[in-house]
Amino acid sequence: MTLTAPTRTMTAEPGSGATVELRGVIKNYGAMQALSGIDLTMEPGEFIALLGPSGCGKTTALRALSGLETIDSGSILIDGVDVASTPTNKRDIGMVFQSYSLFPHMTVIENVEFGLRMRKVAKAARRDRATEALEMVGLGAHGARFAHQLSGGQQQRVALARALVTRPRVLLLDEPLSALDAKVRVQLREEIRRITRDLGITTVFVTHDQEEALAVADRVAVMRAGRIEQIGTPRELYATPVNPFVADFVGLTSRIPGEVVDGEVVVHGVRLPLLGEPQPDGPVIALIRPEDVALATADAEGAIAASVVASSFLGSLRRTEFLLADGSVIAVQHDVNDAPEVGDAAFLRLRKAPVAASPRP
Amino acid sequence: MNPSKTTRWLILGVVGVVFAFPIFAMIEFTFRDGLSGGHTLDHWTGLFTEDAARTYRNLFTGIGNSLLLAVVTVGIVLVVLLPTMILVHLQFPKLKRVLEFVCIIPITVPAIVLVVGLAPVYSVVVQVAGGSIWTLAFAYGITVLPYAYRAIQANLDAVDVVTLSEAGRTLSANWGRVLWHVLLPNLKRGVLAASFISVAVVLGEFTIASLLNRVNLQTALLQVGQSDPYVAIIFALLALLFAFVLLLSIGRLGRTRRTGSES
Repeated sequence: MTLTAPTRTMTAEPGSGATVELRGVIKNYGAMQALSGIDLTMEPGEFIALLGPSGCGKTTALRALSGLETIDSGSILIDGVDVASTPTNKRDIGMVFQSYSLFPHMTVIENVEFGLRMRKVAKAARRDRATEALEMVGLGAHGARFAHQLSGGQQQRVALARALVTRPRVLLLDEPLSALDAKVRVQLREEIRRITRDLGITTVFVTHDQEEALAVADRVAVMRAGRIEQIGTPRELYATPVNPFVADFVGLTSRIPGEVVDGEVVVHGVRLPLLGEPQPDGPVIALIRPEDVALATADAEGAIAASVVASSFLGSLRRTEFLLADGSVIAVQHDVNDAPEVGDAAFLRLRKAPVAASPRP
Repeated sequence: MNPSKTTRWLILGVVGVVFAFPIFAMIEFTFRDGLSGGHTLDHWTGLFTEDAARTYRNLFTGIGNSLLLAVVTVGIVLVVLLPTMILVHLQFPKLKRVLEFVCIIPITVPAIVLVVGLAPVYSVVVQVAGGSIWTLAFAYGITVLPYAYRAIQANLDAVDVVTLSEAGRTLSANWGRVLWHVLLPNLKRGVLAASFISVAVVLGEFTIASLLNRVNLQTALLQVGQSDPYVAIIFALLALLFAFVLLLSIGRLGRTRRTGSES
């Protein structure tokens, strides 16, 4: 079935979004520290993505927020009230899981009604609200089906309706799209964003897919080893990463040897502004975005000789990787009409955009 | 490579004959008219005569005791084993191996050895709970552990109970409601299988009851068999039929399509 079924918006409750704060949250698993003092504040209705590689603590942070994991120290505040010791079922949250979590013995409508049933909402009212929630995700006609009769995308839509039908103060999404195919992922993430914006609900979205995070979130928190490395709007993270890890994780970068000289990075003779903290003079690895490199002619100022090692057609543009004289490989995004062959000689030009750099061992 | 249809039917046929032959022999035996070589319905109709209840009183007592023991044993499985397994699965997964080991042990211990160990325990049990037949269910609760454990564990492994229980909790259900509304409906198959297998094991148990001087179906059948072998075989057949129906029910549950539930 198509995933672009007509949808309608569920009635938003006034003040449905809550302020959420994590203050110095620490979580240990034995000797391993999964969360090393997380501080995070979310405004009502804000959509925040927790982004990071596997094992960085993003899911642990989400589960701590939900109450499915206890924390060792720190506090978790929802609308100013510390809920760190409040059981999950009393936190007034909605959650969508990575794996399909619909109750297999219930129909779709019974699944969506479940939260209302647990809250002792009258049968007629809960049927109305569940129907409304299902219509909101475009599955109003699927109420009588069972989970195993739905596609993965449909199951996650039902899970979303089930999480939202109780009008929770906070919506938690634990990689809800990771089991879906690429096209459905994009459609569903847009839909999640639209629904959460319409409802004004504070949302935390865990993902390891930087494109997904940048596409939907108001702000993105990049995590590493149980810490938040940087939090900011997608544009801030992309344009001004605070360190090489963030630069490397958010967006595509090429690692090119260079040297810090007088607070600037010199790469193949071109002086580029340095992002982040000032660094002492010395050899570094500069992280250069593909859009900051352009194809050039041999007589262009600062032209760098290179040869093509790979080229990929990406639809609206083409990404080509070039081997430089120092043995490093640099990626360039360019017009699809330029279609270099592997082994072709070429010249590149670096744009004077700020770059992140890490000391070279 | 899967065996051909003919091979499958051949294997099924051979196995079927191996199992069916003694059963048919038992059925035929119940219609024998002594050593005359003829057949009669007298042994079956004799069960419905007025003095049958008096004649076979010990047998009926044994049946009643076995049914009571089956109910109490299933109760032990449901009240002790099932919650323990769910708890270990959800909260203490590192203890799964230990629990499995403990539950499998009874299958490696011969009943006679078990009784030697249980005898002093039962001397205490009798002092505390009296000598009622139902106390034997404590021993049967141990003997059915391997079978009940396997049936429930297979179901636990087949269902993502961790995610389902977490989903239930985020939807405002407390642990009790998660157990009742989410987990048990999805573990129904394993729980019923464990219960039915436990009933079948209890109905077929002889050694422990005999050595602890209790009357159950099997000890009563032995006693009746010494005076009236036809009736003993008739009741053995009925017990077999009952166990067969239970096992068929398990198979049927496995094929049953998921259905919805209303509150």
